[in-house]
This record gives sequence, C-alpha cells and structure tokens, in this order.
Amino acid sequence: MNVQTEQKIAFSILFLCTALVVIPVLIIIVTIFIKGVGALNISFLFEMPAKGMTAGGIFPAILGTLYLVLGAVLFAVPLGVMSAIYLVEYSRDNFLSRIVKLAIVNLAGVPSVVYGLFGLGVFVLFFGFGASILSGSLTLGIMILPVIITASREALESVPQSFRIVSLSLGASKWQTIRHSVLPHALPGILTGTILGLGRAAGETAPILFTVATFYLPRLPQSVFDQTMALPYHLYVISTQVPGIPEVTRYGTALVLLLLVLLLNLTAIILRYKFRRRKKW
Amino acid sequence: MHFRKIKEFIIERAIFLSGIMSIIFVALIFTFLLKEGFSIFWHVPISDFLLAKNWYPISDPPQFGILPLIIGSVLVTLGAAVISVPIGISSAIFIAEIAPRKIKDIMKTGIELLADIPSVIIGFIGMVTLGPLIKDLFGLSTGLTALTGSITLAFMAMPTIISIAEDAITAVPRQYREAAIAMGATKWQTTWRIVAYAARPGMLAAIMLGIGRVIGETMAVMMVTGNAALIPHSILQPVRTLTATVAAEMGESVQGGDHYAALFAIGIVLFVITFLINGIADLYLHRKRK
Repeated sequence: MNVQTEQKIAFSILFLCTALVVIPVLIIIVTIFIKGVGALNISFLFEMPAKGMTAGGIFPAILGTLYLVLGAVLFAVPLGVMSAIYLVEYSRDNFLSRIVKLAIVNLAGVPSVVYGLFGLGVFVLFFGFGASILSGSLTLGIMILPVIITASREALESVPQSFRIVSLSLGASKWQTIRHSVLPHALPGILTGTILGLGRAAGETAPILFTVATFYLPRLPQSVFDQTMALPYHLYVISTQVPGIPEVTRYGTALVLLLLVLLLNLTAIILRYKFRRRKKW
Repeated sequence: MHFRKIKEFIIERAIFLSGIMSIIFVALIFTFLLKEGFSIFWHVPISDFLLAKNWYPISDPPQFGILPLIIGSVLVTLGAAVISVPIGISSAIFIAEIAPRKIKDIMKTGIELLADIPSVIIGFIGMVTLGPLIKDLFGLSTGLTALTGSITLAFMAMPTIISIAEDAITAVPRQYREAAIAMGATKWQTTWRIVAYAARPGMLAAIMLGIGRVIGETMAVMMVTGNAALIPHSILQPVRTLTATVAAEMGESVQGGDHYAALFAIGIVLFVITFLINGIADLYLHRKRK
C-alpha cells in the first residue's frame, strides 16, 4: 500500500474514534435538555414535592445539594490550600513529600462508594454525627481534597521564584513572604480549583448514600445535624426505585443537576482563561 | 516581635499538619474499613469470602462468597477496557498530534464535558436509551446487562485515558519527530512508530488509571447492569459489581451484623485493588519524568 494512502486511512480512523467519543457527549446533553426543559419552571425549582414526587418541585433537593457542597468546600479549601503550601513552599524533595504525593494520588483514586463507607464508619458512627449534613459534607470534603490540593499546587508553583527571593531579601519572614507575596498571586488558581471541587461534589451520589441523603423530607433541614434531600440521589431514586414518575420530571431533575455542574465548571474555565491572559509576568 | 514569632510558629505547624493530612486520611480510610469489616473474617475465612460462589447475605444461614461480584466487576471492566482503550488511545493520538488547532479545541472541550457529567446522569441516560437498544438488538428479556455496563463505563474511562495519554504524547521531545521526518518518514509513520512508541509508559499509566476509574465506579454501573448477584455465563446477562453491592445493600443491613461487616470487607477489597492500580500507575508516570 502507498504510504500516503496508508496515512489517509490511519488519520481517518483516528478522527472517527475521536468523533465516537465527542458525539455521544453532545447527544447526551442535547437529549437531556430537550426532554427536560419542559419541566423547568418556577414551581419545579422552588416548591416542595407533592403527591409522592409526581407533582410539585425539587426545591429541597436543590437546597440540600447547595448546603452539602458549601460544607464540603468550607472544610476542604483551608485544608487543601495549606497542604499545597506545605508541598510547594516548605517540603523538600524527600521521602515524606514523596509519600504525601502518593497519598494524594490514592485519595483521588479511592472509589466513591468507599468514601461513603468511610463517612459512615467515621462521621456517622464513630463521631456520632448521625446521618446528617455535617457527615455528608465532611465525606464529600475529603473526596474533593485531591482536586483542591492539585489546583492550589499548580497555582503556587506558577508564582515566579523571584517574588519570594525579593520578599525574603527585604527582611520578610518565610510566612510573611507566602502570605503577602505568593498567596495573592495564586488566588485565582486556587479559586478555579475550588469551583472545580464544588462541581465534583455536587454531582457525587455514592458518598452521600449512607451519610446524609434521604429520599423525602416533609420540611427543609434546620441544622447541620439534619438529613437532607440531594439532587443526584433524588435523580437516582426517581429513575430506579419509584415507578410512575413522569418522564419529564426525571429529565427535568437530570437537567437541573447537569446545568448546576456544567455552570460551575464553565465558571472555572472562564476564570482560568481570564487569569492566564492577565498574568503580568 | 515575640508575638509574631509565636504566631508564625503555630501557622507553620498547622501547614505541616495539613501537609501530611492526606497520608492520615488514607490511613484512616483503611483503618476504619478494617475496623468495621474485619469481623466477617472470624466467621468466613478470607479464602471462602473471596472464592465461594454464593452471595446470599440475607438467607438463613447467610452465605458470603463474593466471587460472583468479583466476576461481575471483572467482566464489566474488561468489556469497558476493550471498548475504551483503543478508542481512547486513538483519540489521544489524534488530539495531540494530528488535529488542527480549532478541531483540537472542540474535541478537548467535548471530552472535558464528558468528564464533568455526574455518573448518576450517565447511568440514567444509559438506562433509558442504551438499555432498550441492547434489549431489542439481541432480543433479550432485559437490556440491563454486563454489556450495557461495559459500554456506559467505557465512556467514563475515556476522559481519564485520553487526557493522561495526550499529556504523555505531548511530552515526547520535538527532536524525535524532527529526526523521523528528516529521515523521510511520513507524518503517520512518525506518529505511530516514533511518538506513540516513545509515549508507551504514559499511555500504560493512562490505561491503568482509566481502568481504576471503572472498577470504582458505582452509581452508573448500579443503574445499568441489572444487579443480579449470580455468576454470569455471557456478557448479555445481568451482573452485579462489588461497588453496586455495597451501595445497594448497605441501607438494608444491620449495623454491626455480619452482612454489614461483609459490605465493609468488600470496601477493603476495592480499596486494595484501587490502591495497587494507582500506585503502579504513579510509578510509571514518575519513572517517565526522570
């Protein structure tokens, strides 16, 4: 076979493979949008469910998911950023930092349902928080920790070394240097990571199965020790466990969750883009 | 002055503690899985737990053999790997080496979108679209089979495989390409025989991490595989994976009971599998950098 023909055939096959990945993504998103957009209205978004989920809205599930991701971020961001500061600014390239990095890789790879088991064992039972927003948020928080650490590390590493040297040479202490010369410049990157973490936490179901989620609550949660409904769990239950839910409600719930997650990710992408363009160094 | 020093001392201690927190969490996860799950091994020897053929956790007497679940997980994972590895690696090569700038950006955005879609949504779509399709195509009584799970999970593995393999391909030094082209190789020959060859360790790591993602995936697989805890005889039968078993049965188990402990023990098995996969993949990625 002619090498040119061979190349054409090979490139075509590679292109088809890529299309085979990307086109279904578009089909999934468009399908959910078309079939679900009919359900979207004020009462679907802001009312309590009624008549065994066949009528009314999904407000408690939306609110519950917002509480959970906020809780997760409140826990994971300070811890994740400090952990990144340790890795970038303090640790030397030794055995300990190697183990820390390996631990982060493994945290990122632990199956989500194992996080659920861990949350059940530690927060629900050992600390006695019960199935509650607190337990669920902490479980999700540990799960998104690798996302936040990785993003924060990249942000800190992108701050030029000269910033630190100048600050130190002016007599600032190590911490003053980090606090005033490094962190402010890393902030947009850290924010991007935080939003990515939010998006990840909002879509996860398995970690909240045994730690917080409940299918129906007659009232909204009153404190961090209450259970709550949550969007991904709600979608799981109405599409597998409860017969007779109208199709448009299922697609509508999927659409709300998808929009929430995609919107968060889009915000992160735009932030990253703007930050890269504005970089002064 | 003194106050500042104390403050900084405290802050730096806190930073060190946060730094090693990841190690502590990994250790805590393993400890608590052992604490809640190890008691099952007083009643069921480890070899029986892993190799016995019956998972009847609520019959009397209960039987805790997770072999059908292991086979379910392996079958679904193998199927997903067969689909996602060739397609994923091809896409990575296309995106990294061949696609013009504009197409590259569109494709990358599409793949990032795929990575962002929550697994419960992928499971939902697989259940309502792919399930009926497979049912009609093969004339089955149910469309929720191992094959449905494999196809669905292949889509969840591909973003991981593509992005890591693409990084590996992009990291191949320019000189390799220039040298090959200068010797008269075509673009394709260079890409396939030189660049892809040089990027093998990174690609291997990409495949392993993709497979790790598939083994650990829970919600989508639970929604599309039909959840029958029996040893399947073909890929067109319903199966139940390790992850789906934990997620589906934890709610009905009694805390502190054998069933409860057995589910945590499955968690130990999952933790060990993913720990090994991620550790080995990281070794490959790390070695590559040297």
